[in-house]
Amino acid sequence: MSVIRRRLRTVAVAALATGVALGSAACSKSDDDEGGEGGQIKLVIQTFQNFGYDQAIKDFEAAHPNIKVEHQKMGELRDFQPKLVQWLAAGSGAGDVVGLEEGVLLQYVQNHDKFVNLLDLGAGELKSNFPEWKWNNALTPDGKKLIALGTDVGGLAMCYRKDLFEQAGLPTDREEVSNRIKTWEDYIELGRQFKASGKVKAAWLDSGTSLMQPYVMQNSEVFFFDKDNKFIGDTNPVVRKAWDMGLQMAAEGLTAKAQRWSADWDAAFKNSAFATIPCPAWMTEGVIAQRSGPANAGKWDIATIPGGGGNWGGSYLAIPAQSKHPKEAYELAKFLTSKEGHLAAFKEAGAMPSSIPGLEDPEFKNKTSDYFSGAPTGKIFGDSVKNMKPVFLGAKHQQVWETIVEPQMQAAERGQLSSEEAWKKAMDEAKKATS
Amino acid sequence: MTSAVGTRPRHAAPPPTRAARRQRSYRLGRWDLKYSPYLYVAPFFILFGVFGLFPVLYTVYVSLFDYELLSGTKEFVGLENYRVLLQDSQFWNAAYNTVGIFVLSTVPQLIAALILANLLNRQMRARTLLRMGVVIPNITSVAAVGIIFALIFADRYGLVNWLLGTVGIDPIAWRDNRYASWFAIAVMVDWRWTGYNALIYLGAMQAIPKDLYESASLDGASAWRQFWQITVPLIRPTILFTVIISTIGGFQIFTEPLMYGFGLIRGGADHEFQTLAMYIYEQTFTGNAEYGYGSAMSWLLFMMIISFALINFALVRRSVRGEQK
Repeated sequence: MSVIRRRLRTVAVAALATGVALGSAACSKSDDDEGGEGGQIKLVIQTFQNFGYDQAIKDFEAAHPNIKVEHQKMGELRDFQPKLVQWLAAGSGAGDVVGLEEGVLLQYVQNHDKFVNLLDLGAGELKSNFPEWKWNNALTPDGKKLIALGTDVGGLAMCYRKDLFEQAGLPTDREEVSNRIKTWEDYIELGRQFKASGKVKAAWLDSGTSLMQPYVMQNSEVFFFDKDNKFIGDTNPVVRKAWDMGLQMAAEGLTAKAQRWSADWDAAFKNSAFATIPCPAWMTEGVIAQRSGPANAGKWDIATIPGGGGNWGGSYLAIPAQSKHPKEAYELAKFLTSKEGHLAAFKEAGAMPSSIPGLEDPEFKNKTSDYFSGAPTGKIFGDSVKNMKPVFLGAKHQQVWETIVEPQMQAAERGQLSSEEAWKKAMDEAKKATS
Repeated sequence: MTSAVGTRPRHAAPPPTRAARRQRSYRLGRWDLKYSPYLYVAPFFILFGVFGLFPVLYTVYVSLFDYELLSGTKEFVGLENYRVLLQDSQFWNAAYNTVGIFVLSTVPQLIAALILANLLNRQMRARTLLRMGVVIPNITSVAAVGIIFALIFADRYGLVNWLLGTVGIDPIAWRDNRYASWFAIAVMVDWRWTGYNALIYLGAMQAIPKDLYESASLDGASAWRQFWQITVPLIRPTILFTVIISTIGGFQIFTEPLMYGFGLIRGGADHEFQTLAMYIYEQTFTGNAEYGYGSAMSWLLFMMIISFALINFALVRRSVRGEQK
């Protein structure tokens, strides 16, 4: 073997080694940003469930030819939430604009250093566009930093199956139904009539857990946490009242006992297994219509919620501090939370505007839904938030509700545990998780 | 090649002008001999160090801290995480579920795989097609499998409960009943992995000399006896391999129970089928994102896997040797 060949081999080995080292280093370098030709900027927006932004994003891109927006739909909130926490902690991976739900928002307000201060980007001028509580929720206690802008609010109504009501001999007209269910007691009473008719196989309500959120949000200023973020779920009488009411309905056979957000629940919509469900605005087109499918179009209708008004859910858009294009991201968030963005999302997903100009726009006010038998959704949901008082949820509301209290209540509903056992377990676990 | 490189300079009498160059190339040659083997194997060790060893050691380090991912608090607490962990009933519940699902899935799975491999080891028509066929479940996406089985075992509108209903059996609460949920998850695991293990066994069986079976037949041994006294003892190393691989896989089971519970990390209303991997995820990435606590748990899981793998190894080795006598 010649010297040259030997030397070549040594070089080759060295090259191989550096190649491997570089190769593994290259893996960690992201190749997604600084995109494209002609100085185009790419923004990533990450949302959960259905924000209804397909059209709004197209409009934004048309108005900003130098910005390309990639919309990553991340599934349910529970799938997105842990990922976002990881990305925020790791300092990369999160989009330039991310959707936050009100049940988790406060947790991020507490850790606001992970987000851009929107007031620095000029968000102050937008304040008058939003209801005060919606604005303040995303503000740090000292009022100096705003981490997110409001998207929708969850104005409440009662969705019901006209066809099943008719079979059971109940009124079907939405005005009349609204009058018959002015209070929750009326609502349960009507359910008993519905069942007593003996003419329908369907249950009255999807699950006893469904009325928990609306009822508590209507009747209490706090939910599981007091305003100092201390767990009070076990002593809040309204929470216990709602728990008992839901399980009482289950015991009387008025509920379909479907576990919410499960495959059985999805199938229950299609199979017409229940006649009513309290529905926040975001649930109408985005959840009920999707799951019930075209076969049930025109069978649903919407009446006002018992107890008059209230809010359930609703989201925000924030800009993680790791974003490389905070200015452009702010433009996008501003557009999506403007009147136009809100109205586009309302049209697409039924997500109700939180923006005051959006709420007053005739396009919202006069909106009707074909799927829901032409119900005037704009008017019904608009009225439901008029006299709404904000409810303080606390940083870990979503966790306590979705991963602890709701599953235990469902277990009690299915008869796996007694109400008392399930309550005790839920409260013990919640205390442990929040201590 | 190596010897040629090593001896070469001695034979040649270098002209004085080229002596220095010669000297240098001699040195390079020596280095080549000495260091290049390490360079050749370096890629594996570098990758293993970065993606294997470092994460394991870093997990140990993190497990000594009260480390919350979202808020970024990081405080040294020593072994406190482990102390809390040993008293955490939800952890032991998850360990119980994991071991239960593991036993319920692995034992029938490996026995079925053995029998299946024995059947496939015969002369038959469309042999290759059948042999390939048994691994098809394994190449299916695990998430897709999870979703489909969650629907099959759905409480209200599920296929299994419907079938049971047609023969007059009351519907089973597939998620509220702990053992029913274990069973359903074990079915899911077995559906995916039985064929894979069968193929591994088949490979080992084909290496057994045919004359052993011939002489056994001449001696009048039945097919059953041949299977237990020739096939099984001779593929013992392969059985040990699959037992260890299944132990490692079984203890880390995550996607199947997660999808089975409709994506809820809780694993059933009362954690009926929450496995260790799920609980680790719940602690580490949801709620407070207790990174340190999750790391302590991961490390404990690691130790559990090692000890279970060793116990299984010993058990299987002993019992199979017993057959050999």
